[in-house]
Amino acid sequence: MTDLPTSPFPAFLVGLPVLLATLSLFFRARGKAVVGLAGSLLTGVMALFALFEVTRRGTVIHILGGWEPPLGILLRMDPLAAVFIGMTAVVGIFISLYAWRYFRAQEATTGGFPLFWPLWLFLWAGLNGLFLSNDLFNLFVTLEVIGISAVALAVLSGKKTALVAGLRYLLVAITGSMAYLFGVALIYGSTGTLDLGLLGQVLEPGTTTTFALLVITLGLMIKMAGFPFHFWLPPAHSSALAPVSALLSALVVKGAFYILLRLWMEVFGVSLTYAAGQLIGLAGAIAVIWGSWQAFMQTSLKLIVAHSSVAQLGYLLMIFPLLILAPGVTADSADWLSPAWTAGVYQVIAHAFAKASFFLSAGIIIMALGHDRIESLRDLVGHMRITALAIAIAGVSLIGLPPSGGFMAKWMLLKGIFLSGQWWWAPVVLTGSLLTAGYVFMLLRLAFAPAREKEAFRPVPRSLEVCALVLALGSFLIVLPADNLIQFLQSGEVFGTGIESIMEGGAHGND
Amino acid sequence: METTSILPLLILISSLIPGTLIMLLREDQVPLRTFLNLLGAVAKVGLVGWVFAGYMRGEEYSFIFNLALDLTFALRVDQLGLFFAALSSVLWLVTTLYAIGYLEGGQHRRRFFAFFSFCVTASTGIALSGNVVTFFIFYEFLTLSTYPLVVHRGTDKAVEAGRTYLWYTIGGGTVLFLGVVGLFVTAGPIYFGQTEIIEGLISTHSTQLTILFFIMLTGLAVKAAIFPLHGWLPVSMVAPAPVSALLHAVAVVKAGAFGIVRLVYDVYGIRIADQMNLLTPLAIFAAFTIVYGSVRALFQDDFKKRLAFSTVSQLSYIALGVAIVGFLSTTGAVVHLVHQGIMKITMFFAAGNIAETYGYSKISQLNGIGRRMPLTMGAFTIAVFGMIGLPPVAGFVSKWYLGLGAVEAGSYWVVLVLLASSALNAAYFLPIVYRAWFCEPDQEAVPLLSSGRLETKALLLIPVVVTGLLSLAAGVFAAVAGSPLSIAREIAEKLYMP
Repeated sequence: MTDLPTSPFPAFLVGLPVLLATLSLFFRARGKAVVGLAGSLLTGVMALFALFEVTRRGTVIHILGGWEPPLGILLRMDPLAAVFIGMTAVVGIFISLYAWRYFRAQEATTGGFPLFWPLWLFLWAGLNGLFLSNDLFNLFVTLEVIGISAVALAVLSGKKTALVAGLRYLLVAITGSMAYLFGVALIYGSTGTLDLGLLGQVLEPGTTTTFALLVITLGLMIKMAGFPFHFWLPPAHSSALAPVSALLSALVVKGAFYILLRLWMEVFGVSLTYAAGQLIGLAGAIAVIWGSWQAFMQTSLKLIVAHSSVAQLGYLLMIFPLLILAPGVTADSADWLSPAWTAGVYQVIAHAFAKASFFLSAGIIIMALGHDRIESLRDLVGHMRITALAIAIAGVSLIGLPPSGGFMAKWMLLKGIFLSGQWWWAPVVLTGSLLTAGYVFMLLRLAFAPAREKEAFRPVPRSLEVCALVLALGSFLIVLPADNLIQFLQSGEVFGTGIESIMEGGAHGND
Repeated sequence: METTSILPLLILISSLIPGTLIMLLREDQVPLRTFLNLLGAVAKVGLVGWVFAGYMRGEEYSFIFNLALDLTFALRVDQLGLFFAALSSVLWLVTTLYAIGYLEGGQHRRRFFAFFSFCVTASTGIALSGNVVTFFIFYEFLTLSTYPLVVHRGTDKAVEAGRTYLWYTIGGGTVLFLGVVGLFVTAGPIYFGQTEIIEGLISTHSTQLTILFFIMLTGLAVKAAIFPLHGWLPVSMVAPAPVSALLHAVAVVKAGAFGIVRLVYDVYGIRIADQMNLLTPLAIFAAFTIVYGSVRALFQDDFKKRLAFSTVSQLSYIALGVAIVGFLSTTGAVVHLVHQGIMKITMFFAAGNIAETYGYSKISQLNGIGRRMPLTMGAFTIAVFGMIGLPPVAGFVSKWYLGLGAVEAGSYWVVLVLLASSALNAAYFLPIVYRAWFCEPDQEAVPLLSSGRLETKALLLIPVVVTGLLSLAAGVFAAVAGSPLSIAREIAEKLYMP
């Protein structure tokens, strides 16, 4: 572990946004925004530099203050973490630019929500910290930082619906954290260590481990709104301000998924059974169908987009049954592991871009109309061409039509499904696509329809529309560097691995 | 490996770039838009001709690059693809002229012409795709680029039709996606013409390959409008006439039919498909669709609806020809790809001319229209004779080869289907011709648009005359080298070479 090259970048990635967030607190309204925007850009650029550093040197670590674990804190940036950090940076930069213009346009009536900026920077620090953490307790701390700042952001508008949804979000977030913490305590009690790498070696299968796995998974499922714990997401995400909705849907839920993936693949392999993989896959499958159907039934744009997130996150859970191998199958012979991982990573990134774009478009429409009932989207094409185009492009990626990032994810997922012979997941993927097409084209249909009465579209800053469009295009452009991206991920340790599940009778296969 | 050439890509770009530029123009920049449009259309015809000539000299053109991971984007020129590309590009040029005249003064023309160019890009992309994945990409792109054209008028009816259109085509695309991934996993990235891959797998993966064949066939059958997946086609007739003409006579439906041709001949191979008994169900559905479409056409009073059901019927000739094993029926199927296109586009142009000039959209209003619009109805009449299968019009050639092929293969019931269909074609098309030429006009009709001495605007008239003459020429000169038939024969010969 300690023979990996050290680099200051991981520390900067957490320290810089915290510092800038704190700094911005000393300024008044406009100053906060200026410091906040500058801080966001700085953090984003820093993250891209860090990503570059990892592509050059491989996995790097940073030991905070020189205290070695288990006493000190070790931050570890491997290719998987670097990709998540890079994604957060690119999406984060565009959301920040949008937020700057969006809040300034409303400054006169709302005060411009200056608190957005420190909260967003704290959130960003939490996300970077989460991706870099290498022990269970640090992960808990970052989860808390993310949870608190996300809830605060969600209620920023001060509207009643947002407060109600936010309160529920807070309770759920705390429940999730508590479940997670309980699991961590059990692990610590039985092994005396929290370090992920060490745990992967020393963790013994048994009742305690299984129970810890169960509560930790439960906690993370609650946090990432996995079925059946998805109920809090649509109200919380849809009632927030547009840039906040984009952050919550595109980035925050991915944090919990990231931990879940890491812990299952790196730590809890000894306790995972084929059935566990199938079960979490089933939860994902139900989320895909249910979330898409619910999105299809909504009548306001942000609720459609929020329900769609439930479905799109379901696809992420559907890679687990492919990663946990049936008894008797060895990881070497499982040629579907790499497609499954690719599907997961592409689903995360494509959804981040497309969903961020979608929520930003929704914000533009609310700004223009004062509300987001989809009936009023009539003749959107005539009034706001760029926004309509952004919705179309992001929608096409969500459906998974070629050659978008969403297509890459579904292509790889279906490939993995066929290669592994678990064909029963295929209809779910296709039905999800069809339902997604249903709600995306419901929007586009209205966008092309002639206006019944003259809707009052207020003019909207062009730069907002451009931000939404750029993110939408991003969900396509990410396909181009696929070869380099996957090669880079494969240079890390975890990407492409599978869990050889326990043979019947309790004996477990070697790692 | 063949030499890489940028030419196939240029064929696509020749409509993609004008489309993109048109999108960026202002609505009122009409001359520049028209210039871009025609430049692209002429360039595309020229490029296809250039490549065709080169291909005949024995040159090979392919443009292959790795899109991402295992997805390879491949354009490869072969005779069948060129045949379809030539059809698309020539008819695009003609229809562009027509559309400029038809939509003059209309709304949202920028959007219309941009998407019109995109959908031709998709259709030539389908023609030139070198592998299954590339085909699928363009197949989906075609769905997306045609949707705005179907809903172009923006009326509630158009929007509703657009919804039906999307459910069918997206559903079909999704099913096709399943098949394409399944095929990829089973057989790897198949380039068209590599039938030996499936042949090598048939002993071990017979069941999977059978299932995959029918999954992909179902996906393709939606766009090819084979019963019971044809429902979107008559509904889509609410689109403007140039859209019905080019898309619903040529681009979209042909994409499906062409896909079936590729699937059977260039992915599975006709011998394997026959050996695995994959073709009988296709033959049955195609034959039923031929009769069904014709019967439904009988009862339509709406001119374009009658044409639409006729398209449903006529398209299945292609599928039927594919489903019968033999050199002659293959020739018939392939040549009908082109023949049906030029004849049906003539009919839609004629219907559009009548609707534009006199505002008639019902067949019962057409009494005596032939005297007022002799050239339009003359072209229409030629196309009708072709559809029925009277010599020497193009349609006769297709039916002749299909019929001979059926006899050759011993499938006499197919001959019965063809005869029944011809009788039905006559039953629903001849009354139109009769009304137009022999009935007295009911009332004094006043043209809606002034067109000087011509029966209608020149831009509407020229295309219909050109395609009408093409339909005739394709039949009269069928035996001449370079005719659609001679090319179709060459394609079929290569497929049946031992």
